[in-house]
Amino acid sequence: MKHPITLTALAALALTGATAAWAQKTASDGIAEYRELLADGNPAELFEVKGEELWKKARGPKNASLEKCDLGKGPGVVKGAWAELPRYFADTGRVQDLESRLLTCMETLQGFKAAEIAKLDFGKGEMANVTALSTWISGQSKGFGFNLPQNHALERKMYALGEKAFFYRGGPMDFSCASCHGEEGKRIRLQDLPVLYKNPGDGLGMAAWPAYRVSNGQMWGMQQRLSDCYRLQRFPNPDFASDVTIALQTYMGVNQKGAKIITPALKR
Amino acid sequence: MKIDKKLAGLACAAGAAVLLAGCATGPSANLDAEFKAMLQNSFSARGIAKMDRLDQDLGQAACSSAKQPPEAVLKQIEGEALASIKWPTGGQYFGDWTRADKLAQSGVGMAWNNPTTDPKTNGGQCYNCHQIDKKEISFGTIGPSLYNYGKLRGVKDVTDPKVAPIIQYTWGKLYNSKAYAGCSNMPRFGHAKILDEEQMRDLMSLLLDPRSPVNQ
Repeated sequence: MKHPITLTALAALALTGATAAWAQKTASDGIAEYRELLADGNPAELFEVKGEELWKKARGPKNASLEKCDLGKGPGVVKGAWAELPRYFADTGRVQDLESRLLTCMETLQGFKAAEIAKLDFGKGEMANVTALSTWISGQSKGFGFNLPQNHALERKMYALGEKAFFYRGGPMDFSCASCHGEEGKRIRLQDLPVLYKNPGDGLGMAAWPAYRVSNGQMWGMQQRLSDCYRLQRFPNPDFASDVTIALQTYMGVNQKGAKIITPALKR
Repeated sequence: MKIDKKLAGLACAAGAAVLLAGCATGPSANLDAEFKAMLQNSFSARGIAKMDRLDQDLGQAACSSAKQPPEAVLKQIEGEALASIKWPTGGQYFGDWTRADKLAQSGVGMAWNNPTTDPKTNGGQCYNCHQIDKKEISFGTIGPSLYNYGKLRGVKDVTDPKVAPIIQYTWGKLYNSKAYAGCSNMPRFGHAKILDEEQMRDLMSLLLDPRSPVNQ
């Protein structure tokens, strides 16, 4: 299994006296050790605690909790929900991922304005709450294998659109998702890259997001992961919860059928 | 124009106007139209990254699937790319390799959060994908190793006419990589105005100058 590494991770190893074998160690060994060091204290756990509180707390103009929110497995069912998203929701008539579904619930149950939350920068105001909620909810699928439904015609269409998006080249650098995630055993700098047009395996790709990012000390949901991929592709900015982000998650999630979820993970 | 296209795409997508002129028919054409509409509806211009970045040229469109395009299309992409190459002013291919490391290291440039598209503010992102100077262990592997690039190609003196073809090829590869591999993963640094001539000259020296750390 391959893992990413950063200078931060190397620095952390240095501080714990692991300097001697540096040069001989692969990037993968380095991060595996770093993960062990933090195994009892992934900062993502703090976001999980916050997310669970937010789920249960009466909030918003309607002063209601999210406990009746239907994430696809019935109102209030959180266990295993992330492993089956994105999926089609009859009430909205849309295929939705976790974060867009949370916006729907925050609007219908709590009276927030979904469109206004979607415009916020990551980490700001209610957007930070969406990330914390996603972190907790994804953690409730830890150990599950991805099992996205493909029964509804719109779910299958989202997969097909996601496949096109994955390979779509554009921008000043001609990059597509496949430029970085289309070949086995490649990396950028020391960052190993999962192949995402097929199943990259347990705990990789979608199975590792949401994740706490060591390099910048931020908790990122899948929407932010994709948004930053597109920034690095030098594309315009994908709107939060836009169809292209949901199509890509459908494509990757279906490709990853059975891959074990480790969220919330720890990342570079 | 953009709005007109968007509406046309949506109309095709909805299947309400498949017989209108300009609307291709059939399931895959419909999916294409829906996909284009989805892109227009999903992205927003932000900073220097405008919506025209979603518009594809021939090569970008032809290289947007799991399969390589047919040989004839590849040849067309490569031919057009070769013709696009602007050879260096005054035949001056080389600059200063001592300035090039910073350029090779930097992955900055052209993203929506960068203030300008001015090449002077951009890096060459070389180490993201290539090994170059052996001292730098943090290198990517999407592209081939460039360590000993000039040495392995027998460049002992860059003024030797025998090495002119490799010098021209290297400039061309930096300027428009698609001239030599139609669906290359490498950005077209000159063609897309990511780097300017002076920066490309410095990178040429890094790769080919026998005194460069790359060739030690």
